[in-house]
Amino acid sequence: MTDRVINWYKYASPQTFYPLAGKLIPWFWALAALFGIAGLAIGFLIAPTDAQQGEGYRIIFLHVPASWLSMFIYLVMAFWAGIGLAFNIRLSGMMASALAPTGALFAFLSLWTGALWGKPMWGTWWVWDARLTSELILLFLYIGFIALQAAIDDPRRADKAGAILALVGVVNIPIIYFSVKWWNTLHQGASVSLTKAPSMAAMMLWGMLLCALACWMYSIAIALMRVRTIMLERERHTDWVRELLSGNGHDMSRHS
Amino acid sequence: MLILLRAVIGRDLRLAMRRQADIVAAMFFFIIVVSLFPLGVGPEPDQLRRMAPGVLWVAALLATMLSLPRLFADDHRDGTLEQLALAPQPLGVIVLGKVIAHWLVAGLPLVVLAPVLGIQFDLSRDALLVLTVSLLVGTPALSGIGAIGAALTLGVRGGGVLLSLLVLPLYIPVLIFGAGAVDATLSGLGPQAHLSLLGALALGGVFFAPWPTAAALRVALE
Amino acid sequence: MLEASNLECVRGERSLFAGVGFRLDGGEMLYVQGKNGSGKTSLLRMLCALTPAASGEIRWRGGPIGKLGEEFRSELCYLGHQNAIKEELTPLENLLSSARLAQEALDEDAALDALALVGLRGREDLACRYLSQGQKRRAALARLVNEKRALWVLDEPYVALDPVAVELVAGLIGAHLQAGGLAVLTTHQAVTVPAGAVRELWLGDSDATQRSQ
Repeated sequence: MTDRVINWYKYASPQTFYPLAGKLIPWFWALAALFGIAGLAIGFLIAPTDAQQGEGYRIIFLHVPASWLSMFIYLVMAFWAGIGLAFNIRLSGMMASALAPTGALFAFLSLWTGALWGKPMWGTWWVWDARLTSELILLFLYIGFIALQAAIDDPRRADKAGAILALVGVVNIPIIYFSVKWWNTLHQGASVSLTKAPSMAAMMLWGMLLCALACWMYSIAIALMRVRTIMLERERHTDWVRELLSGNGHDMSRHS
Repeated sequence: MLILLRAVIGRDLRLAMRRQADIVAAMFFFIIVVSLFPLGVGPEPDQLRRMAPGVLWVAALLATMLSLPRLFADDHRDGTLEQLALAPQPLGVIVLGKVIAHWLVAGLPLVVLAPVLGIQFDLSRDALLVLTVSLLVGTPALSGIGAIGAALTLGVRGGGVLLSLLVLPLYIPVLIFGAGAVDATLSGLGPQAHLSLLGALALGGVFFAPWPTAAALRVALE
Repeated sequence: MLEASNLECVRGERSLFAGVGFRLDGGEMLYVQGKNGSGKTSLLRMLCALTPAASGEIRWRGGPIGKLGEEFRSELCYLGHQNAIKEELTPLENLLSSARLAQEALDEDAALDALALVGLRGREDLACRYLSQGQKRRAALARLVNEKRALWVLDEPYVALDPVAVELVAGLIGAHLQAGGLAVLTTHQAVTVPAGAVRELWLGDSDATQRSQ
């Protein structure tokens, strides 16, 4: 029992986590590729053409997973940031900072694919429906987090301030989503909605799930890579990083 | 605790009275921004009447944002913020006092000005009343939520713009329910639902927001 | 009453000091010395729980100051580099306001006496903006006259003061120590305090050494 407790804290140290992350990264890339190929195969080859929307609807195989991931990553980011703040664990804060750009990317992708979907169907590049608008606001929340951390020089203060912002954001996301939905249903001028997806054939759902898993594996891989870079940057004055960077052996091939 | 609140609010109000130029400038900013919209979209009365709730609310958001940096920056600069953090009372209560004082000085003038400006947009009397009430209920939320942003960006490079980036997304629900209340009146639906939700946001903004704000202040003072 | 052990301060990427520890009891003053940039202010801020120490512990009456929170702060008086006075208020208003925030009862007469004692008689009703640097410092130090809290942490209190004022403040500190209070002080001026035991703490160079007189 004590052994397991000690082990956990051991991996909370950047020095131990760095090589562990390095070993895990290729596995996650592999999983991402696997799920991605399966998902895209279903999405673009196997799933049937939609009666109403033709071939253009296939973009939902990117759009929906991107939306799911953008939301999920924010929650994970806020979780790690909160852990880092509450227990004063540097690695958790670094993990949150590593996740943010990927989450922002997915939010942006979701918006962009949403626009690409909307144009052939509804004739406009943008539609103020509840989901797209909430996605836009989520992107703002990500950008705010990234900008705040970028503006603060001291990494420990940046972590703590970001954590407070992320936690406040998490509490506000349901409120924002609810208020945007309310706003949208009241202003029924815009009757088009990208959330009115065609009724799902089982195949389509599988395709989306697999693509979502692919995006998830990709996020983990990228976040681990990013966190390793952050570790090297922040801990560059410690012995283990100096040894690593001075070309001391095999690990040089691991980080690009 | 009430004594502490009175002490904090009293001090901040006294300071604001000695620096009236700041308050008046924010009020004029509100007026100017509101006047920009008709100049931008044209004087057609129907269009202006429809736009009015949104325009007035957005202008109120921006005017509040202008006054937020002052909430903690002055105290931080002369060392009084440190003393507040070292006071033997919860920093959250002190922040609550400062938020209330900020609302009295920055939010309340907007509430008073809004109906006057609403006349420029030819809003009906009912709509003007609901507009004023919505701002009265909503501006405390703006002060409370804005305080979080002000504390997070204390002494940080690019403070003002960064503050807007952080706080404006969080303001969106207040904007939606505030402007929505007036819209609901204009379309005959009745503003009660909007106003109660707005009230809930105000309570949250005023009573819950001081705690993350206090945490952010301690982080800024480290 | 005040115990510190194994304190480490990291600024940016440099460790300013490590392994710093001391014990301070009632009636004693800790005179923190060191070159510019050796971390004296950081140490004082750690003692106030404003800045967390990179490692080590600080205890007040046996309890860690982080956990004690308000209990500790109600016995702490900190005077930093900044004067902590509002320029738009008068010295009198500043004094009354800080007393109210510290939950100390201070009536106007006592406040006026305190201001007179620090040499601001006749200027109590002038906005602090119009005072000189030295006068502003005195307005800040006027808090010490009626200060009943046990632990005084003073960062360079004598800056901008003339010799008479320096002696006055030293006298205030001495009286405080005599009444059983504790003080932690940094200053570049060699000042003798009229009462109380003085311990010295040197920061920087190698391990901190603590000597007592």
